[in-house]
This record gives sequence, C-alpha cells and structure tokens, in this order.
Amino acid sequence: MATNKTVGKTNTLGLTREDYKGNKSTLCPGCGHDSISNQIISVAYDVGLKQENVIKLSGIGCSSKTPAYFLGRSHAFNAIHGRMPSIATGATLANHELTAIGVSGDGDTGSIGLGQFKHMMRRNVPMVYIIENNGVYGLTKGQFSATADAGQELKYYGKNEYPAIDLCMEAIVGGATFVARSFSGHAEQVRALLKAALAHRGTAVIDIISPCVTFNNNPNSNKSYDYGKANEIPLHEIELIPEGFVPEREEISIDPDKMESYEAGQEILVRMHDGTFIRLQKVGPDHDPRSKAQALALLEKVGMEQLFLTGLIYYEEPRPTLLDTLHVVDTPLARLQGDTLRPPKEALDKLMQSMM
Amino acid sequence: MGVIDLPAESQMQQTGERIVNDFSFMVATKNGSGSQTSNSTIVRALFKMGIPVNGKNLFPSNIKGLPTWYTIRVSKDGYTARRSRVEIVVTFNEMTAAEDIVNLPPGGVCILPQEWNWTKSRSDIIYYEVPVKDTVRQFDIPTERREQVSNMVYVGVVAKLYDIPLETIHQALSDQFNGKPKPVQMNYQVVEAAYHWAADNLQKLDRFHIEPMDKTKGKIIITGNEAAALGALFGGVTVTAWYPITPSTSLVDAMLDYKHLRRDPVTGKDTVAIVQAEDEIAAIGMIVGAGWAGARAMTATSGPGISLMSEFAGLAYFAEIPIVVWDVTRMGPSTGLPTRTSQGDILFTYFLGHGDTHHICLIPGSVEECFEFGWRAFDLAEQFQTPVFVLSDLDLGMNNWMAEPFQYPTEPINRGKVLDKEALERFIAEKGEWYRYRDYDQDGISYRTLPGTDHPRAAYFTRGTGHNDQAIYSERSTDWVQNMERLRRKFENARKVVPQPVVDYDAGKQIGLISFGSNDPAVQEVRDRLAAEGIETNYLRLRALPLTPNVHDFVLNHERIYVIENNFDGQMAQVLRMEIPGDTRHIRSLALGDGLPMTPRWIYDNIKRYEGK
Ligand SMILES: Cc1ncc(C[n+]2csc(CCOP(=O)(O)OP(=O)(O)O)c2C)c(N)n1
Ligand code: SF4
Ligand SMILES: [Mg+2]
Repeated sequence: MATNKTVGKTNTLGLTREDYKGNKSTLCPGCGHDSISNQIISVAYDVGLKQENVIKLSGIGCSSKTPAYFLGRSHAFNAIHGRMPSIATGATLANHELTAIGVSGDGDTGSIGLGQFKHMMRRNVPMVYIIENNGVYGLTKGQFSATADAGQELKYYGKNEYPAIDLCMEAIVGGATFVARSFSGHAEQVRALLKAALAHRGTAVIDIISPCVTFNNNPNSNKSYDYGKANEIPLHEIELIPEGFVPEREEISIDPDKMESYEAGQEILVRMHDGTFIRLQKVGPDHDPRSKAQALALLEKVGMEQLFLTGLIYYEEPRPTLLDTLHVVDTPLARLQGDTLRPPKEALDKLMQSMM
Repeated sequence: MGVIDLPAESQMQQTGERIVNDFSFMVATKNGSGSQTSNSTIVRALFKMGIPVNGKNLFPSNIKGLPTWYTIRVSKDGYTARRSRVEIVVTFNEMTAAEDIVNLPPGGVCILPQEWNWTKSRSDIIYYEVPVKDTVRQFDIPTERREQVSNMVYVGVVAKLYDIPLETIHQALSDQFNGKPKPVQMNYQVVEAAYHWAADNLQKLDRFHIEPMDKTKGKIIITGNEAAALGALFGGVTVTAWYPITPSTSLVDAMLDYKHLRRDPVTGKDTVAIVQAEDEIAAIGMIVGAGWAGARAMTATSGPGISLMSEFAGLAYFAEIPIVVWDVTRMGPSTGLPTRTSQGDILFTYFLGHGDTHHICLIPGSVEECFEFGWRAFDLAEQFQTPVFVLSDLDLGMNNWMAEPFQYPTEPINRGKVLDKEALERFIAEKGEWYRYRDYDQDGISYRTLPGTDHPRAAYFTRGTGHNDQAIYSERSTDWVQNMERLRRKFENARKVVPQPVVDYDAGKQIGLISFGSNDPAVQEVRDRLAAEGIETNYLRLRALPLTPNVHDFVLNHERIYVIENNFDGQMAQVLRMEIPGDTRHIRSLALGDGLPMTPRWIYDNIKRYEGK
C-alpha cells in the first residue's frame, strides 16, 4: 500500500493521502472490496483528483457500500439494487463536468442490473464503472451470483449448474469502449487500470475479481485469494503516459488484425482521446486490446479453459458520449438559471396567437 | 346505465323544431384509416366558426383495422362533457354500422357510403348516402393516401349539410398541415368535390343546423399533453427521460415538437435533453440522477410505467430528490384498457413506494391547468425536494379542448434551498456547520448542495438507507424516527402550498359535490341541470393531494357529499374518509370507471337516485 511512502506528503492539490479517505469501512476484515477502495484512494491522491468534481455512485450490495469509504469530499449516491447505471446517466447528463465513478457488484451488475448495465454502455455514458466481482451475493449472505463458474460448490447452496456470465464479454458486446479485468490482490494493476479508466472518455468497465472472505474464499473457488494468487495471468504491465511524454521511437504500430506475436517485453501503445497513451508491456499471452475480434476470442478462451487473465482486454477509440449526441448547450444543464430556463413571454404569446 | 340523455339535451324528439348548435356527431371508422385528420378538420372548422366544440377520440388499442369512434359535441352553451347519445352518425365502418345506428334517437341522421347498398332498417331516421369511391376516383391520389383521403368525403358532405363554409374547412386543413400546400390541396379537392356533390344531389331533411357564433374568439384548441409539454418547457425542464406508453407518449412527442423554444439562438444548441430510456425503471432512474445533480427533471408515463417506477419513487422520496412524474392515467389493473381513460391511479400514486411513503400529487382539471402544473410541478418539487406526481388522464391528455390562451408563469422559477459555494460558505460562517438533513428552518425542508460544488464541505452521502441528519448511515431508532418526523413536517407544510381546490360554496346548500380532473365539464353541466330542477349543489374541485385544510371544512359543512370520480373503487372518496378528521359517513362515492369520459347523464341519474326525486 502506498500509505507509508506518502505520509506527510502532499499531491499537486496540496492534499495528503489522508484527505482522500472516507469513513471507516464496515465490511468484513480482509474483504477484497476494501483493497479496491484503497487503490481508488491512492490513485485519486496520485493523480491529484479534485474530489469536489467527482460523483461516486453505487447500487446495493457490500461492494455498493464502499463509496462511503473513499473520497470523503465527493458527493455520493448509494441508490437501489442494480439501477446505478440510470442514476449515472442522469447525473452526467445534468452535469457533464463531473467525473463519475461507479461501484457495483457481480449481483448488482450481472443479475438485477444487467439490462441497465448494457444500455449505459450502449449510450456510452462517460464514467468509470467498477465491478467488485466475488461470484456471490455477499450482502444477502452468500448465494451464487451469475458470475459463479459452472460446477462451483457452496456449502449451503450446493452446486451451481449454470454457465457464468462473463461481464467483460457483456461489456464489449454492449458497446463499452474500455474493458479491463483485474484482481483485487494485484494492487499495482488495479491502480494502473484505474488511472487509465479515469483518463478515458466514455464508459470504462473494470471487472475486478474481489474475494468475499466470508462466503466464497475456499481455495477451490476461482474467486478466492489463493486461487487468484496462484492462477492470475497478467497480459501486460500497464502504465499511463501523459500527453507529450511518449518518445517518438517507441510508437510501434501493429495492425491488430494481422498482428504477429510480439516478444515478451515488447509493448503496445494505446493512444487515448486526449493524446495520453496507455503503455502495455507484454508479460503474458499475445493480445492487442484494440481488436474487438481478439478481445472476444480471448474471453472465449478464458471461459473454455477457465483462465484468470487480467489486464486491458478491449479499448476502442471513443465514440460520441450520450451527451454529445443530444446537442445540448455546453454549460452543464444543472447550472442553467433564469432566462435560459424559461422562454420569454413573447414566445408564449406568439404560440398562443398561432393556435387561435 | 342506459344511454338515454338528459331531458333537455334531446328536446328534438318529433317536434320538427330547428336545433341549432346543440347536438353531437359520432364518426365511426376503422383505426389507422387516417380519419383523425378529417375529424380534427371538422372540430377546428367549428371552432373557427365561433362555436364551442369538443372532440373525443374513443379508439382501440390497435394500429390498424379495429373500429374507432370519434365524437364531436357542439354546444352553444359551452358544455364540453361527453354525452352518451349522439344525433348524427357518420358510419364509415361496415363492421359496426348496424350497432352505430341503434342508439340514434328518432329524427337522427346517418351518413354512409352509397356503395354499401345498405338496407335501411330504421324508418325514423334520415339516411344520406354518399358516393365515396366515385368521388375519390376523380383525383390522382397516391394509393397509400387513398384511404385517408376518402375520409374527406364525409367532411365535404357534413360541411354542405350543416353549413360549414368551404373556406373555413380550407383554413382548418391548412392548420392541420402547418400550411403545407400539397397535402392541403390533396385533401381539400376531395372535400370540395363531395361538397358540390351533396349540393347537387342531397336534399336536407334533418333539423340540425350549425350557425356561426362568437364564443371561441380569443380561445385556443389544444390537447392536455401538448399543454403539459409546453408548461414543462416554460417551467425550465432540463432533462426528460421516458419510455413510450399510451396515453403519455404524445406528451413527450410534443416536447420534441416544441423543443425549439429552448434552443439557444447563438449556438443553436438546446437547454433541454430528452432521452428515450430502455424502460420506465431506467427513465425514472435517469431523472432521479439528474434531479440529484441539479437538473429540473421529469418523465411521463402511465399505469404499467408507474408500477415499475415504485422503487425509485420511494428512493427519491426518502433521499429527498426533486423529480416530476406525469401519469397520464389509463385504465388498469394491469395492461387493462390501454387506450381508455381512467382516474384509477390515485391511491397507488399517492403512496407509491414501500414503507411510509406519500407524495405530492397535482391533478389538473383542464388544459390550462396542464400548462400551469407543467411548470409549477418543478417549483414544488424543488421547493420540497421531493417527487411531484401530476395525475392527468387520457381524456384530458389526448383529446382536443378549447381553452383560454395560457397565462405566462406568474411566479419566478423557484429552485428551493440549494447552497452554492458562496451560500454554503455564508451558511457555515453563520451556523458553524451544515448538515444535509438538519431542519434548520423547522419547516421540514433542509438545505442541499449539488455535486460539483467547489467547496471541501459541500459533499454529502445520498442514500436510501437509514440516515441521521448528517446523512450518515444510521440504524438507531431515534435517528429513524426523527427523520420520519421531519418528512412528515415537510408534507404537512406542502399541504398548505399545493394548488388549492376550486370551490363554489354557498352556505345553506346541503349537497356538496367533490370531483377533480377531467370530470369537471360533466360536473359543471350536471350542476346546471340539477339547479334547473331545484336541486342546488355546492362544488369543490380538488387540484392536489395532500388535501388542503379547506377540504375538511367543505366536507364537514354539508349534509351530503357526493364524490364523483372515474375509477371503480372510489379512490378519492377513500382518501377523504382517511384524511378528514371527523364523521365522514355522509360521503357517498359515485365511482364510474368504465373506460369512457364521465357523462353528465351518469352523474345526474345517480344523484337523482340518492336524492330520491
Ligand atoms: C430490489 C432488491 N432485491 C433484493 C435486494 C437484496 N440484495 C441486497 S444486496 C444483494 C446482492 C448483492 O450482490 P453483489 O452485487 O454481488 O454485491 P456483494 O455484496 O457481493 O458485494 C441483494 C440480492 C435488494 N436490496 N433490492
Ligand atoms: S460478506 Fe463478503 S463481500 Fe460482504 S463484506 Fe464480507 S467479505 Fe466482503
Ligand atoms: Mg458479489
């Protein structure tokens, strides 16, 4: 954790890491979700995120409680089960200058909220959407969720007979423009992905396997810490390179459709909308996240072979966001006042005249 | 209930007298045949002649083929309620023709296509047969338009038989098509041909006459949904999210039509965003998110949509987020009668959400009030930081009504207790603190900040879970109760501020009528009729829930109270019995709920029955 290194230090906004914390967590000690909250705090501190411009949104679940535990100076909305995407849609429509960070669970997103999740991505609502995926419903005491693998067993609920829903696959098919998978035990990668997602313009989905220590941490569950530690295969090391910092020579262009395998240590630079780059230094299997076909094929393989691959799975040049498509004024709608909100009396009189 | 009409309404009988500007038409066609244009043309033409007129569409839940009826009431006295009987039918649908003429009174009129070669089964009515096909055939009309244009034949014949000038028809058509010459000409040529054919071939035998008046001067004609959309646009709506459902769809359609009112002339960009959601849960979710972030946000829906919205309605109530929800009510339970009117969502909407939830509901009784509540709803929602429901209905929302031109909002936009950066600074300087749900003014309404407020203490945590007045999660009973008591205080304050009922009261009258919404024209008419027979009534028209204190007085000051409403269970009567402190055994519920707009006849029969006269 970054705490030790930063004691007493301040970031670009003159704030300490402490200033980015929220209330004390009330989750079970060791819950994977807490470690994700910590990475959010670290990243926000590192990049000098202005908390007053951030909104934290969530549904219902242990995971959805976590916005209370980070960024205490940000407005938050802990809404209802599975419906956070619609709240995010409305809030970002009302004020497009806000940075929206959503936290959801695999139940919240993959079951009750699957419809809203997909429609949010289809509309390209600009936000970071984090799924804290533990394969169970933590808050209702350990029922299977839709991301539990077929064949998995739980003490009380027995065997899960149904295939898992892969939320990254759903995200890509649904139209998300940034899709990643990570592991809450892999703090460094979570941070790198969060940084990249925050820089992205559009829906950025990060599906983070986040063990539920109380209901689903048996080593033979593929959502457990032990399993994750033993089996995680990172695709690449991820680093965000700010605009203007990329040495010319390093930009190698690979046609994703005809990509030949590239050597370990070789890298892919993904250019983002504002000139920032995501540097992906290969450490695992070949993968170019700029190819939808590759991304889907990779996830298909992941499902067949039960692989725990992590990293940036899919990236797409940002499409217009929902707001871009609506042709509304540049000033956030929430800030419009007086005359802009009410047409003049003459406009009404003219209209009435035309109806007589 | 029978279909006989109020005595004076059918004074025609066999007396041979001329009947001027006081009768009803019914046009029977097939759904999807485009008859709406023809019917609206007649309504608009009559309106232009200065004659009070009201058109009602009684249509099936179907896109094409099923029978549909349109009634047009002409009333020199200005009555606009639906009558259960008509004197003239245009039967252009062979499927229903036999049924359509059964209820015609003796001396009534049936206008029908000549090519049917129909057996005229009634000798006591007048038939006018018109060559529809032959008239249309003279013109070069694209096949896909032919059916719609055929309906213009009856427009021409009606115009001739009842002295509507061709010129007025032309103007009405021009209004219909926004002055576009091509469709106007295509339709008008058929009207003209039918008119001339009627002049040459029909001998007028009936006693009904239209004569110009000057009773519509300065008035407009509009549907309640269009009025509501305009009201919202003048009320500063900035986010609308919706999911299509009859009969609310035309409200949002009208917002799209009139969106230009909210276009920034410099940039050409809009100050309102309209989003079609994937369902009603998402629609209300979006406006809850938008309302929370500071937008004036609304949705429009009907029964099934309201059902889906209940969880979010409870959240918005408890988390205190301003939103406006229009329920253009249709007939339930369930999918019910999707294209029929009802006032059956009162109890459900008033208490929408689990737990101890209740909402402010506005109930417009005219298109003018649809406009007014269109903007006022936002002010109330933001003032009280709570959802405001507007209960309109299909009759009001989708039918054309005469109205006074809308009055420009009489009050400035009220954004309620919102602390921006500077205000928050001052607040904290003065009070040493700011907590989201603390009742600083003892009115139950606390101060909110909007996301994005650039102040380190502006943030708070919004949640549907139990919270104390600092917006911090709490399961303590005392915190819970304290919060609920504040919410109750807020609601009690709203009682004094919501639109007051319209009351016509005279001490000394023993009968009080209570009604609301689109029943108003029928109640007004029945009061006149009863008064003519010596039965004097007072009248209170509710315009909002919760009930304002003067409603209590009205109820308790009468010997007999009749609550007239268009639902099956007498829902408003239940609200009155529940809320009025005192003996309410003298409240009698007159609840109809048959899917059709309220008629004076039905109210009359029922009151007479109880009054024993
Ligand atoms: C409409 C509704 N149905 C059911 C619930 C009960 N419920 C609360 S949390 C939850 C599941 C949460 O699972 P997940 O999103 O995976 O979160 P986790 O607790 O595992 O982090 C359920 C079913 C609810 N709050 N609302
Ligand atoms: S039940 Fe599981 S998910 Fe919930 S807090 Fe405990 S460990 Fe975390
Ligand atoms: Mg879970």
